[in-house]
Amino acid sequence: MAVKDSSVSRRQFMALTGGSAAAAAFLAACGSDDDSGSTAADTTMSEMGGGDSETAQFGKGDLGIVNYALTLEYLEAAFYADVVKSGLFKDAELKAIEKFGREEAEHVEALTQAAKALGGKPAPEPKTEFPLENAKAVVELAGTVENLGAAAYLGQAANIQSPEVLASALAIHSVEGRHAATLNGMLGLPITPDGAFAKPADAATVLESVEPFIVG
Amino acid sequence: MTQQELAHPELAGIQVDEDSGDLSRSEVILKGALAAGAVYGTFMVGPFVRKALAMTDGGDVDILNFALTLEYLETKFYEEAKSRAGAKGELKSLIDLIAKDEKQHVEALTATIKQLGGKPVAEPKFDFPYSDTAGFLKLAQTFEDTGVSAYNGAGPAIKSKDVLAAAGSIVQVEARHAAAIRIQNGEEPSPDAFDPPLDEAQVLKAVEPFLA
Repeated sequence: MAVKDSSVSRRQFMALTGGSAAAAAFLAACGSDDDSGSTAADTTMSEMGGGDSETAQFGKGDLGIVNYALTLEYLEAAFYADVVKSGLFKDAELKAIEKFGREEAEHVEALTQAAKALGGKPAPEPKTEFPLENAKAVVELAGTVENLGAAAYLGQAANIQSPEVLASALAIHSVEGRHAATLNGMLGLPITPDGAFAKPADAATVLESVEPFIVG
Repeated sequence: MTQQELAHPELAGIQVDEDSGDLSRSEVILKGALAAGAVYGTFMVGPFVRKALAMTDGGDVDILNFALTLEYLETKFYEEAKSRAGAKGELKSLIDLIAKDEKQHVEALTATIKQLGGKPVAEPKFDFPYSDTAGFLKLAQTFEDTGVSAYNGAGPAIKSKDVLAAAGSIVQVEARHAAAIRIQNGEEPSPDAFDPPLDEAQVLKAVEPFLA
């Protein structure tokens, strides 16, 4: 992910999610064509399910999904904490960043509890490093990360077995969507970059995208 | 519930009247669970959410028809707003965008219900009481936040994984609309770290006053 590229975000994010077969099929089905409604639904219903063995490295079944999400939330929380410390933002912008950061930290807490409730060991906090050169690049990176996060939850929803875990994941997923739309708005990008139907991203795609920020 | 109460953005504050004969005990529990969720995080309240959801077991077609009713409401609301809300510039573009998205949700849900062998509900008649841009925005925020919570509440009751994935793809778009509308209202785009789920009875209660 070329985070230093000033045109990062929508184009880049599209390229990222476009790499997944399910996302590509869904994109092809839905497109942004006004007249594609019925076709969209037909294909949506058959293309969007399916398993995701990639989360198995974090644990079996729901525990793997929860720990995968926990890893992403740790990453988001660390990112916002670093941004706050960077001194690149103040006043209203700083307040918004702090608020998003607090919400990600709450997601970390809830998912840690969820992993324990499933009888598992919560994933460890990864050591992260983010390029924080200037305010614009940081907001662009935030937009990329939030859009990716929302797509990551969407990609797992149908794989979750426990209704409790699903209820929690859904409650977090839409908040990630709110964050993503807010940042897209700040960047002058479409608030719904995928049109009327948000595209999922599978774990392999997501992990590959965040890999450059994990240093240990 | 009066319209004034409905315009209040705090969904968790939607009144569940314990004395009302048409509400079960689980719904009352859900209200408490929502308040608890704000403090402890949604996972902790999961069992309560499931209890509340267990009472509606009409199958995926019923859930989709319920969603379709909400999408009909939103579509009509934004279509009307194009000429009624007195919006200009950025807000006008936002209304056009949301209207287009909601219309596609209606089409997709209608097609899906038919695909599952069900009968899509007819479009209800609506009445939206507002007279200026501020009034429009207040209602828009209620509808979008309610829409997000309705899908989140229904999610765990959906049986088909394909339907669940599609509902997820729609709810994320509703959440994005909600954030954009809240910003137009000068509110925080995400009021809480967790979007609370609402059950069918609560959602119906919230939108009932707008059914003509």
